Amino acid sequence: MSKAKENTKTAAPKAKAKPKAKATEAEVKVPGPLEELEQKHERKNVLMQGNEAVAYGALDAGCNFFAGYPITPSTEIAEILARELPKRGGVFIQMEDEIASICAITGASLAGAKALTATSGPGFSLMQEGIGFAKITETPCVVVNVQRAGPSTGMPTSPSQADIMQARWGSHGDSPAIVLYPDSVKESYELTIRAINLSEKYRTCVVLLLDEVIGHMRESVLLPDLRNTRVISRIKPNVPPHWYKHYDKDQKYLSPLASYGEGYRFHVTGLTHDALGFPTNKPAEGAEMMARLRNKITYNIRDLVQIESHQMEDATIAIFAAGITARSAKAAVAMARSEGIKLGLLRPLTIWPFPDEAVRKMLQDVEAVIVPELNQGQFIREIKRLTRDKSEGTVVGLTKVNGQMLTPNEILSKVKEVM
Amino acid sequence: MANIPQKVVHDYLRHDKKFPHVWCAGCSNGIVLGSIIRGVASLEIDRDDVVMVSGIGCSSRMPVYVDFNTLHTLHGRAIAFATGIKMYKPHLKVIVVTGDGDCTAIGGNHLIHAARRNLDLTVILINNNIYGMTGGQASPTTPHEAIATTAPYGNIEPDFDICKLAIGAGATHVARTTAFHTQEVQRMVVDSLTHPGFSLIEVVSACPVIYGRLNKKGGPSQMMKEMRDNSIPLSAVDKLPPEKVEGKIVRGTLIKEVKPEYSELYADLLERVSAMGDEE
Amino acid sequence: MKNYEIRLSGSGGQGLILASIILARAAVIDKRHVTQTQSYGPESRGGSSRADVIISDREIYYPEAMNFNCLLALTQEACDKYLFDLREDGILIVDTTYVKNIALAADNTYELPFTDIAIERLGSAISTNILALGFLVRLTKVVKEESLATSLKLSVKPAFVDLNLKALEIGYDLADQYMSGSKK
Repeated sequence: MSKAKENTKTAAPKAKAKPKAKATEAEVKVPGPLEELEQKHERKNVLMQGNEAVAYGALDAGCNFFAGYPITPSTEIAEILARELPKRGGVFIQMEDEIASICAITGASLAGAKALTATSGPGFSLMQEGIGFAKITETPCVVVNVQRAGPSTGMPTSPSQADIMQARWGSHGDSPAIVLYPDSVKESYELTIRAINLSEKYRTCVVLLLDEVIGHMRESVLLPDLRNTRVISRIKPNVPPHWYKHYDKDQKYLSPLASYGEGYRFHVTGLTHDALGFPTNKPAEGAEMMARLRNKITYNIRDLVQIESHQMEDATIAIFAAGITARSAKAAVAMARSEGIKLGLLRPLTIWPFPDEAVRKMLQDVEAVIVPELNQGQFIREIKRLTRDKSEGTVVGLTKVNGQMLTPNEILSKVKEVM
Repeated sequence: MANIPQKVVHDYLRHDKKFPHVWCAGCSNGIVLGSIIRGVASLEIDRDDVVMVSGIGCSSRMPVYVDFNTLHTLHGRAIAFATGIKMYKPHLKVIVVTGDGDCTAIGGNHLIHAARRNLDLTVILINNNIYGMTGGQASPTTPHEAIATTAPYGNIEPDFDICKLAIGAGATHVARTTAFHTQEVQRMVVDSLTHPGFSLIEVVSACPVIYGRLNKKGGPSQMMKEMRDNSIPLSAVDKLPPEKVEGKIVRGTLIKEVKPEYSELYADLLERVSAMGDEE
Repeated sequence: MKNYEIRLSGSGGQGLILASIILARAAVIDKRHVTQTQSYGPESRGGSSRADVIISDREIYYPEAMNFNCLLALTQEACDKYLFDLREDGILIVDTTYVKNIALAADNTYELPFTDIAIERLGSAISTNILALGFLVRLTKVVKEESLATSLKLSVKPAFVDLNLKALEIGYDLADQYMSGSKK
């Protein structure tokens, strides 16, 4: 049975600040909007919408550049940042489409900005090539995808969890992925900060997947103390320009990043490149670049993976679910427990890289696993991959693609079916 | 115009890193690169403050060879990346090097919107009338009836007038010349870099290996001569009879006007918002 | 206390989403856990509209109301659609300006022509939402009235605060009268 503690988020210890990092503009902490709200309302609890939490989380993490294109159900994020970024001297620009948006934030990031965009399915599809560019060039940026039912235009105002695989594999050419998935308004705030932190630390495009319901719902949010909020900014080089390598190999592949206009005059290309950033066709250099992209994730997996274990220590049946479906599942767990059914829940906060080790360990001793999700079966492929030793019919999916949430009753019925 | 010695041009190249270059013999891209460098050098702009951004295509390989801040992006998207850089660090001189396919086909949307915003970018569009890197497919500027590998029976589409497109979209500085007229290219680069707004220079160029062969244009020198003989300065247009203007490449500054520039408008907005905050 | 589930239902333009936000914010002021969700989409353009508020002393998992402790129905369609999800001991509040038939007799049914009253006492139907919300809160005591007033002030434009505070008071009075049996 799993040793994970009840209701604890089993994450690796927080990353230590890089002593090499020079203070940049982005690192200077100014009171965030939540703090202002707090002072204004003289209390620590506020009512917030998920999209609002993303916008304020971005600001509190030092985001100072947003480029985006209107799309339901993510638009509030752009609207809030259009209002708030200018107040803080940041840049908001509404681009001509989502392709331009991802390109503009990547360009801004290369000039030193902490940059973010927000979109939904159709826009996320358009951004895929740009996301791949940010990944191969190792340029920090964050893409928020407030998922809606698809395919294509689908149901713009209805929840869906169908972009899980797209967030992993959507961009061509086998790129790494860091994808976070909150289940509440508060966590939307926290994981937006974390997404920006991870993008800066690992120099990559980090995706935050939100469910439409979470993006639009309002919840009581107990404000975190901003003084304790860790804000990570990219490491700046401390070598003379002619020594600088844009893709230096040291420090677990986490190398310093110069910005345009600071005297380093480096080259960035979407072509396969060498350590200096210049294009190469040499097989060894190509392999090294790919290893670098892969290894910076795999070497740091403990820092990247976060998973919540809820009532799992004595569970005989486990649910694996993320986002809004995990909340239905928690309600189902409570209902099951009141009937004496030993049901637990595993909820990933980081969905990519997939928490293989934790999932394998925690599902080792359960008799059955239910994987409810608002798509036609995406998470379950990963769960089946990790539970090959379990007998037929004990790892069961529960899918729903009509634009409605899975209800606690639906999940509980499935549990009883499998028992 | 400042006479920039070849030695200075060499000093701007990454000759110890990325040469020999990928361009074919007789290609105009190197000529244009030389003119851009001379333009920047004559203005004595600190090269740390110059960012060269490109998309995909033959001309878009240019940034790798030159010692500026350089960014080689996605097909068609150079202007969108450049917009991000310019808006975050408006003091940088952002030069976009692009081609006819890159900028007016796949990237047409970004071109028209950057022009509409009048964002202070210098876009140098090297127009060789074909997709060279992929081997000779028709582009939006392949002339009507010209041959391309995807128009083997002659191109039935009309071609774009890139300069008119840019002017129509709101660009405040638009000029055209050819790669034969290198001094003119250099002068236009200087004009463009000192112009406070969106600037586009169309440099009509020669692609002897792909376009030239497909359309039996002769060799590089033949195509150079054609650029010389088949173009007229804007100032001559009114003086010549219409039949002598017809079909000619008109060289010159087609529009130059000062209108509110986007990054400055944004700076004004920041000031306004900050003043609102002070009032509260 | 267990979850207290409220559904505010009617048609787009009746201000139910705003009412639900005011109610939810009041719960936050009371330092309770709360979720507020709403139906989005074509329904917010004149079709049927609904907003759910769940208030609890513990973490709320599933954010959509399933078995309402209280249902406010401002249209016949909303009443017909959601009545069957009201708990047996749940409270039904209907606006008889628009709701003429109640398909199922709930034990705790409160019927008042809220829209007509708003027009008569406030000059327009615009504050029907707040008037009905005042009625609901006095009746259910789901949030503190003081918190509701504070929340209202935080949630509506300054020019509309007085009008809406007045609507709240009317709602409270109507509830008092109703409970003391002098509703007519």
